[in-house]
Amino acid sequence: MNSIFSGTRLRDMIRSIRACKTAAEERGVVRKECADIRASINENDPHDRHRNLAKLMFIHMLGYPTHFGQMECLKLIASPGFPEKRIGYLGLMLLLDERQEVLMLVTNSLKQDLNHTNQYVVGLALCALGNICSAEMARDLAPEVERLIQFRDPNIRKKAALCSTRIVRKVPDLAENFINAASSLLKEKHHGVLITGVQLCYELCTINDEALEYFRKKCTEGLIKTLRDITNSAYQPEYDVAGITDPFLHIRLLKLLRVLGHGDADASDLMTDILAQVATKTESNKNAGNAVLYECVETIMAIEDTSSLRVLAINILGRFLSNRDNNIRYVALNMLMKAIAFDDQAVQRHRVTILECVKDPDASIRKRALELVSLLVNENNVKQLTKELIDYLEISDEDFKEDLSAKICSIVEKFSPEKIWYIDQMLKVLSEAGKLVKDDVWHALIVVISNASELHGYTVRALYKAVLTYSEQETLVRVAIWCIGEYGDLLVNNVGMLGIEDPITVTESDAVDVVEDAITRHNSDMTTKAMALVALLKLSSRFPSISERIKDIIVKQKGSLLLEMQQRAIEFNSIVDRHKNIRSSLVERMPVLDEATFNVRRAGSLPASVSTMAKPSVSIPNGVAAAPLVDLLDLGSDDIMAAPSSSGADFLQDLLGVDLGSSSAQSGASPGPKAGADLLMDILSIGTPSPAQNNTSSVDLLSTAGINNNPSNALDTLSSPAPPHIATSASAGGMFDLLDGLSPSPSKEATNGPAYPPIVAYESSTLKIEFTFSKPSGNPQETNVQATFINLSPDTFTDFIFQAAVPKFLQLHLDPASSNTLPASGNITQNLRVTNSQHGKKSLVMRMRIGYKLNGKDVLEEGQINNFPRGL
Amino acid sequence: QIHFVLLVSRQGKVRLTKWYSPYTQKERSKVIRELSGVILNRGPKLCNFVEWRGYKVVYKRYASLYFCMCIDAEDNELEVLEIIHHYVEILDRYFGSVCELDLIFNFHKAYYILDELLIAGEIQESSKKTVARIISAQDQMVEAAKEEAGSISYIIAQAS
Repeated sequence: MNSIFSGTRLRDMIRSIRACKTAAEERGVVRKECADIRASINENDPHDRHRNLAKLMFIHMLGYPTHFGQMECLKLIASPGFPEKRIGYLGLMLLLDERQEVLMLVTNSLKQDLNHTNQYVVGLALCALGNICSAEMARDLAPEVERLIQFRDPNIRKKAALCSTRIVRKVPDLAENFINAASSLLKEKHHGVLITGVQLCYELCTINDEALEYFRKKCTEGLIKTLRDITNSAYQPEYDVAGITDPFLHIRLLKLLRVLGHGDADASDLMTDILAQVATKTESNKNAGNAVLYECVETIMAIEDTSSLRVLAINILGRFLSNRDNNIRYVALNMLMKAIAFDDQAVQRHRVTILECVKDPDASIRKRALELVSLLVNENNVKQLTKELIDYLEISDEDFKEDLSAKICSIVEKFSPEKIWYIDQMLKVLSEAGKLVKDDVWHALIVVISNASELHGYTVRALYKAVLTYSEQETLVRVAIWCIGEYGDLLVNNVGMLGIEDPITVTESDAVDVVEDAITRHNSDMTTKAMALVALLKLSSRFPSISERIKDIIVKQKGSLLLEMQQRAIEFNSIVDRHKNIRSSLVERMPVLDEATFNVRRAGSLPASVSTMAKPSVSIPNGVAAAPLVDLLDLGSDDIMAAPSSSGADFLQDLLGVDLGSSSAQSGASPGPKAGADLLMDILSIGTPSPAQNNTSSVDLLSTAGINNNPSNALDTLSSPAPPHIATSASAGGMFDLLDGLSPSPSKEATNGPAYPPIVAYESSTLKIEFTFSKPSGNPQETNVQATFINLSPDTFTDFIFQAAVPKFLQLHLDPASSNTLPASGNITQNLRVTNSQHGKKSLVMRMRIGYKLNGKDVLEEGQINNFPRGL
Repeated sequence: QIHFVLLVSRQGKVRLTKWYSPYTQKERSKVIRELSGVILNRGPKLCNFVEWRGYKVVYKRYASLYFCMCIDAEDNELEVLEIIHHYVEILDRYFGSVCELDLIFNFHKAYYILDELLIAGEIQESSKKTVARIISAQDQMVEAAKEEAGSISYIIAQAS
C-alpha cells in the first residue's frame, strides 16, 4: 500500500545504503533519507509513519542520530491498529531509553493498551514496559501488571511476570504487592509461565526478606517436586535440548532453591536428595547439561553444609577443569575460586592444572587462572608457585606481562618468607617486566632494600649485574641507580659478601658508566634521568678519585631541555664546586626509610599531608627520626638530615626528584609539604630561611594546644593545607611530637582515615547547598557526598531538581533526592557518589544546575564547585 | 540478567542491538565499538566469554554473524550460550535456514522474535514452537490489517 505514497520503500533504502562503497557515500544517502523522513513527519500523514519509523530504526542501528523520530513512536503507539502499535512499540524500545522524558508521555497509552481487548496488544505493552520502564512508570502501572499475572492466556501471564521483575528491580518497595501473585505462578504447568514465575520469585527473594521467608516456608517443597518431575520426565521434543528437558527451567529452579537454602539448614536438608540426583544423573557431554551441572554446583556450594554434596560438587569441578572445551574450563576456574572458601585442600590438589591454565593461549582463561592462583598461594607453596609464574613471565605474551607481573609482585610482597628472597624475586620481575611495573611496586622495593642493611652490598651487586643485561627495563634501571648512588662504595669494594655470591670486579668508573648510561640514553624518561643525577651527586662524594668525571656529566646536563634537569644540574654543580665542606654530609647515605609509614601511605588511605603528621609518632620508637626533628625546627641549619622528618615515601620523592611536579616554580602550589625539598632549596640558595616561616611555625607552636582541643580544626589543617601553610604543616607535625612525645592523638586520627570537612557548595539569596563527605572503606577513588539543600526563602520550592556535571576523569552517580518539594526554611538531601579515576592527582570539581518552581515561576540557578577538600 | 544483546557482522556492522539496562545513546555506540573490537579479534577455538568492565560478554559466531549477550559476572555463562542458540534456532525456523541478509532486510522481524524470547533481560519461553506460534499469530494480524486497508483505499481510489 505504501507504494502509492512518496519516498522510497524500506527495502530500497536498505539496498541503496548497502550499495554504498565509502562511508561518505553512505552518509549522503542517510542524510537524504533523513531529510525525506523529516519532511514526511512534518506533513503528518499517518500512512507514512509506519514506514518512516522502520527506516529510522535501520538508520539508528547504523549509528546516526534519530531523535527527531521519537514522537512518531508515540503517535504510532496511540493509533488503533495492531501493525502501527507493533512497530511503534519496537521503535520506542530501540530509539528511547528510560532516562528520556519523552518516555513519560507514553504512560497513558501503555495503561490503555494493558487493558486492551486484544491480548497481543496487551503483550506488546507488557513487553515494552518490561524492557524500558522507569521507576515512575513502574509505580504508575504496577497495579495493571499485577492484575495481568492472573490473566487467562499463558502468553500474557509470562510477560506480566517478567514485567513485574523489572518493576520490583526499579521500585523494590513494590515487592510485597507481588508475593501472592508470584507464588500462584509456581503451580503452573506451562513452561513459559513457570520459568518466568520462578524468575519473579527469585527476584522478590533477593530484594525482600519477607518474601524470602514466605517462599521458603510455602514453596520449597513444591519447587523440589517440580524440579524432580522435569529431571525425571520422559523425552519431550518441545523442551528437549541435547537430552535435557528444558535446561532453562532446570537452571531457574536451581537458582531459586539456592536462595531458599542459603542460611537455612532445614530448607537445605529438604533439597539434598534432588541436588544429588541432578549432580550425578545429568549428562555432561553437551553444553546444555554442563550448564545445568554448573548451576547445580553453585547451589550446592551456597546452601548450608551438606559435606557429601560438596564432595560431589568439587568432583564435578575437577572434571570440568580437565575438560578439553575451553568454555567448561573457564567456568571451572571461576567456580573453584568460590570453592576455596570451604575446601582449600581440594582446590590445592588441582594446583598443577590451574598453573597450566595460566599459560593458556586464551586471555579469558589466563586471567581467571591467575586470579585463582593468587588465592591458592600460602606460606608453604609461595616459593614454588612464584618460581613457576616467574619462569612463565619470561616467555609470556607481551600484553599479559603487565597483569602477570603485578600479580607476582603482590604475591611476593604478601607471602615473602625472608627479605633476600623478596629482593631476588623482585629483581627477576623487574628484569623481565620492569617497563610494566607500577610505581608503588618499585618504591616498595627501595623501602625494603633500605631496611635490609645486611643485604645492601648483595643487592647493589645483583642490581648492577642485572642492569647490564636488561637496561631497557625502566624501573629496574631506577632501582639500580638509586642503589648505586646510595651504596656505590659497597659495590666496588665487594663489601658484605654473602656465601652464595661470586665476587665481581667493578671499578668506580664502571659504576658511573651505568648511571651515565641512564642519563644519556634518549628513551630514559625524566624520572630516571633525575634519579641518575642525584645518584651522580652522591657518587661524587663516594668516589673522590673520579669526581672530576662525574662533575663533567653533571655539567653537561646544564644544557638539558628539561627544566627540572637543568635546574638540578646547576644546583648540584654548585654543591660539587663551591660547597665541598658540606658536600659529604649533604650526600650521606639515606637514613632507613620507614616501612610502616610507607605501607600506610601506599594503602592509599592517607593523603600526603596527613602522613607527615602521623609519621613521627610511628617512627619515634625506633629513635631514628627524633633527633632530626630538632633540625627541622632550626630551619637555618645546613644539615640535610632534617629531611627524614618527611615520611619515607615523601623523602624518596623529594630527594630523588621523583615527584617532578615539585620543581621550584610549582612547589608553592603543590599540595604535599616538601620539607626535604624546601630545605634543600634553602641550602642551595644559601638563603636564610624566610622570617615568615619562622613566624608561622612559632604561631603553630603557640596554637598547638588549641588544635589539640579542636579536632575538626586540626583536621582542617590536616586535610587541606592551603598553599601558605605548606612549610608550616610539616614543622607543625614536628612540634606535635616534640611536645606530646608519644601522644596517641595524631596517630589515632591517622588510622581512622582522613575525615573531610563539609563545605558550602553553593549559596544564593534563596538557596544554600552543603556537602558532607565520607569515604567508603576499600576504594580510595570513591567518595560519598551527601548534599543538603536548604531553602532560605520564605516560600516553598516545588519541582526541585538538582543536576550535576563532572569532567571525564570523574564518574558521578546521583541517587534520587529525598523529595522534590523544599518547604520554606526546610531542607532535603540527596546522595552523590563520585569516583575519581585520578585520585591523588586531581581534585574534584563539579558544575551544577538547580531548577525549581517558586510561586509558580521557574527558577534556574547554576554554579561551579571548586572548593572540594583536597585528596578526595 | 542480560544487560544487552548485540548482533555484529564479521565486518563490524551492527545488525541488532537490544538494551535492557539504561545506556545513553553515546554509551551505546561506545560499548558497541569497544566490544566488537575485542570480540572480532578473538581467535577461533578460544572460549566464548570475554570479561569486560566487570561484566561478562558471552558471544557465539554463526556463519558471518556474532551473537553477543552481556551478563553479570556471577551469571551462568553456559546457559547464555544455550539462550543464544535457542534464539538462532527460532530465527532459523522462521526464515527457513536464516542468513545475514534475512536479518538485514527483515531486521524488525528479528526484533519481534527476540521480544518473544526475552523480556527485562530474562528468558521468557523455552519452547521454540510456542514462540513461533505467537509470532505467526501476530504476523497474521498485520497481514489482515494490510488487506483491509488495501481494500478500503482501493474503494476510496475507485470512488474518487
